[in-house]
Amino acid sequence: MSIYRTHILLPVDEGTVQAGVFEVKRRLESELQARKLQKEIKVLESGSVGLVGKGVILAVYPDRMYYFGVKENDIPRIIEEHLLKGRIVAGLAHAPVAAMAADQTGARVGLTREQRRVVLDKAWTVDPKNIHEVLAAGGYRALEKIFSDKLSPEQVIEEVKRSGLRGRGGAGFPTGMKWEFTRKAGGPEKYVICNADEGEPGTFKDRLILEGDPHKLIEAMTIAAYAIGAGRGFIYIRGEYGLSIERVQKAIDQAREFSLLGKNILETGFSFELEIKKGAGAYVCGEETALIESLEGKRGNPRVKPPYPVTHGLWQKPTAVNNVETLANIPAIINNGAGWFRKIGTDKCPGTKVFTILGHVEYPGLIETDMGTPLREIIFSFGGGIKGGKKFKAALLGGAAGVFLSEPLLDVKMDFENLKENKAVLGSGAVLVMNEDTSIVDMLFSIAKFFAHESCGQCSPCRIGTQQILQIIYRLRQGGGKAGDLETLLQLAETMFRSSLCPLGQSLVMPVKSALENFKDEFALAISQAEK
Amino acid sequence: MKLEDLKKIREKTEKDMLLRAGKTRLKVVVGMGTSGIAAGARETLKVFLDEIEKRALSDVIVTQAGERGLSSHEPIVTVMEEGKPSVVYGNVTGEMARKIVAEHLVNGNPVSESIIEVKE
Repeated sequence: MSIYRTHILLPVDEGTVQAGVFEVKRRLESELQARKLQKEIKVLESGSVGLVGKGVILAVYPDRMYYFGVKENDIPRIIEEHLLKGRIVAGLAHAPVAAMAADQTGARVGLTREQRRVVLDKAWTVDPKNIHEVLAAGGYRALEKIFSDKLSPEQVIEEVKRSGLRGRGGAGFPTGMKWEFTRKAGGPEKYVICNADEGEPGTFKDRLILEGDPHKLIEAMTIAAYAIGAGRGFIYIRGEYGLSIERVQKAIDQAREFSLLGKNILETGFSFELEIKKGAGAYVCGEETALIESLEGKRGNPRVKPPYPVTHGLWQKPTAVNNVETLANIPAIINNGAGWFRKIGTDKCPGTKVFTILGHVEYPGLIETDMGTPLREIIFSFGGGIKGGKKFKAALLGGAAGVFLSEPLLDVKMDFENLKENKAVLGSGAVLVMNEDTSIVDMLFSIAKFFAHESCGQCSPCRIGTQQILQIIYRLRQGGGKAGDLETLLQLAETMFRSSLCPLGQSLVMPVKSALENFKDEFALAISQAEK
Repeated sequence: MKLEDLKKIREKTEKDMLLRAGKTRLKVVVGMGTSGIAAGARETLKVFLDEIEKRALSDVIVTQAGERGLSSHEPIVTVMEEGKPSVVYGNVTGEMARKIVAEHLVNGNPVSESIIEVKE
């Protein structure tokens, strides 16, 4: 293998593809060839850096420097100046990999601020399409450890249980317990399902894991299958995630070729078959029983629980359904031990959390940081604060099925327990930030619209309730609010919470209640103005 | 593929990836300003890469820098090692580059005849 003096990484995600990353890559390759530099400088693709709206990004190693908003025509200058003469191209936006440029106050801000990465450790520095690189960077080391140390399935489950890992899909159920229930459920036929349906508005953490490190997911699912005793698994990816599907499929093919998947894995006698199922974009299919129905080829209607999938899942067989981010923690836990994992984050919620920050912030995008990081730090340090010097008004945590927080709650610690104490949820980890110009009534309207649209219609509380709530908020927004509207809204939401079949219908109570509680004045004003 | 084969595949690529970890023992910086290039710095750089590859040195990175204002000494090469003073070499021809790799990078003895500066 030849040695390269420089590696150029081009993060590929839906955003950079639209900004023309492949055109830039082609130009880069042809210009390097024209200067006979192709044997000194290696060009490769990586997963997303997590930045949104910064155009094509180009990382130069070993200099550890990023360029942003790179256009095809910038390439000759980058080569002449940086790659030949070692000078940073002054006219282009750039920042060191470890820390973005300082802002006016001197504090380090931005999404490339140092982060603790457990889940996304390889996504920015490794070419996910090259299994050699993935292996060299430590991919499949946990699987290797299980087989070479001859860990039993029970030992694997015990380690995951001791780590305190909780489901990152939103509910926060202990993963080790889920696996144990599935293992102990009777019958020879069991399944592992990865929920990659990520439909929560404002959330794209799973996509960046799927795109940036698909092998980690495959490794984790193989470990899960070994632990619970499953022979087959499915990754349910939403159909809109074209690049994720492509990358995961390629990773599955490569893993199979290297005997890391399929029959008789690494000649250990253990077999596991894995395939992708494309979702059709229904929000409700992110609910695990609706997802299972959809996988079976039926309409994605949620089932009545109990029984739970751990005993009656896919084709009524015991099934472990785990979220992408949850699974992505497994290899690190096996490699470094439960004790190591427990040292990160908080006592009751160990580990890191991947957050997507969006809305009125300077650096919208994705970050990974310890569980229990204060919301203020996420918005003002990682997210760079409110865009355009405006004031903070509200944050919607956890996507549409989330909670509106106002300024007094900015110091809340972001983990399952602390948020629960403050009547909020972590959900999928989405943090939607709104500035002082935002109308909460408008926001709540668009959320209600979303739920009314996505309700599957199976149970009445959700089907009718979402429509009723939508109509009231619509009226409020048009200036036709009446006394008693707010009480009706709360009553409807509460009724839906108590009687809906699945979390879809139960979720609307959170945004409605929190908006009405934390932004009381705004709703009262909407009504009093209408009455005048 | 067997369990044992996995290690071999890892080791083969690991070397190539070290570049991105930012944790290498030695850094060779070749001055590639206009006068450096005119004096043959491109050739010098190629020789470094070539020798490092031949000797399979996995903990060395080669990078480039701009002008130092010492045109008469170009090509200029700096060897940086963690915890040690940086050594600046002048007039580094291809032949000298080979010598630097053999004596300084491999054996740890700077080639005194070409040193123009030692920086703490």
